[in-house]
Order: sequence, then structure tokens, then C-alpha cells
Amino acid sequence: MPESSERGALTEAVYYILLSLYSAMHGYGIMQNVKDLSNGRVELGPGTLYGALNTLLTKDWIKAVKSEGDSRKKEYLITDTGKEMVQNEIDRLEELIANGRKITGGALS
Amino acid sequence: MKHIVRKPYWDYLKEEQWLNEMSARGFALTDYSWCRYVFADAEPGEYIYRIELLEHWPTHPESMAYIRFLEENGVECVATYMRWIYLRKKASEGSFDVYTDIDSKIKHYQRVNAFFTVLMCLEFGAALINVAGVLAFVLSSEPEFPTVNAICAGLLIVLGLIFVKLGSPIRKMIRRLKKEKTIRE
Repeated sequence: MPESSERGALTEAVYYILLSLYSAMHGYGIMQNVKDLSNGRVELGPGTLYGALNTLLTKDWIKAVKSEGDSRKKEYLITDTGKEMVQNEIDRLEELIANGRKITGGALS
Repeated sequence: MKHIVRKPYWDYLKEEQWLNEMSARGFALTDYSWCRYVFADAEPGEYIYRIELLEHWPTHPESMAYIRFLEENGVECVATYMRWIYLRKKASEGSFDVYTDIDSKIKHYQRVNAFFTVLMCLEFGAALINVAGVLAFVLSSEPEFPTVNAICAGLLIVLGLIFVKLGSPIRKMIRRLKKEKTIRE
């Protein structure tokens, strides 16, 4: 059983970073991908991204992998623990949405 | 062509704004050393500039790894001064903010606030020593008025107050962000 802080909500930045890393990517790729995924709504600053990547590495939610092309650039990939966290987050978000729809009567009312 | 501008800035936020205004006029910062800015001609608005205070000096391995990460991601570090770094990114690549969520913004502002607070304490500490010299005269244990002490005390107090004033908007931003954080990320 993870400690209580491990069951809390992920930040939007972390959620989208983890989703991006289902395929290996370097920093610039992550920033672009997050922007594309969110239709330009979420723009990750390099300082914020750097801090998040380091925290995720220490937590073993992601790992650094050797880049295929340019060997100087570090690429990252999600780990099994990371995937588990994403799954937990999806379950949590589904609960939020279901309750929101139930009480407000959905978007159509 | 190179343009050299000598200008003192106390407030890094105003300095950053000025660098962006210069960039908009076609002068792109390429180097900085104490109060000395070097600009090169560029397309007007070609670059967006940001100034950041690092946790360690730029030569520290952690800072070097961070700067390398920035450079890999299209951000150029044009100059460093003490723990401050001067960054730029091509405006054509989209908006440029180093920190984009509340948590990391608070962390950076707290670093800047601590920097000003340390300077403030140093100035006030040194002022206190000089004030003690003046007090010794007032309490007449010294025969001569300590003019040097009096002048130093005055100057140091002014300097200390400048750092209090510089930290004040930063502390206000931290308070605002912390309040914001109680309802959103």
C-alpha cells in the first residue's frame, strides 16, 4: 500500500509528462507533445520540466534511456511504476467526471 | 555590430523587462558583466529574454547539468553573473517562461527573496557595528566624533532598505501564489 501522499492527485504537468513518455522522448519532445496533447493549453517551462523530470527519476516513475540518434541528448521513458500511477490517476479522474456529470446533469442540461 | 550599454539595475524584473524592450527594438543581449550589457543587432523581437537565479553557482555540477538541459531544449544561456543566469529563446518557437506552474514559481521567488534577505542582513549587520561607534561617542567614552562611522552607518542603512524594498514585491507574489495554490495547482 503506497503512503498517503502517493495516492493524491498528480499535477497536470506530471500527468502529461508521464503520458508523453509511453514512447521515449527528450525534453524538447515532451514540451512539444504536451502542448499538442492539450491543444496548446499547457505550455511547460523548461525549469518546471527539469524539476519534474528529476523528481520522477528519483521516484522511479520514469527512467533515462540512451538516445538512438543524438547520443548527447538524454531521453526518458515511463516505468511500470509510472504506468501504475497513470492508471490510478485515470481512475481518480473518472470518478471526478462521473460525480460532476451526475450532479450537474451533464453538459447538455 | 556590437553595442555596449552601461546601466545599473537593482531589480531583476525591471532588468528583464528592459532586455525584452531592447530585443523588440532589434538589440539582442549577448553578454553581461557587472553593470555592462553587450548587445548585437538582431531582428526586432527575435528573442525572448528571462533572468533566473540558480540554486548554486553556474560552475556547480548541478547548475551545469541544468544549463545543458536548457541548451538542449532551445534555450540559450547568454551570460552568467554570480548565481544569476541570462536566458533567451527564439520568439518564433513560442512563448518562453522558465517556470509555468505555481509550485515551481513559488520555489524560484523564494530563492530570490532569500538572496535579497541575506544581502539585507549583511548591510544592516554592518550598519549596526557603525552605529555602535557613534553611540560610543554619544555616551561620551570617545573624545572625537566618529564621522566615518556615521557616514558608513547611513549608507549601509540605505542599502539595507533598498534590499527590503526589492524583496517586498517578491514576497507579495509568493503570498498571492500560495493563496492561489489552496484552490488550484
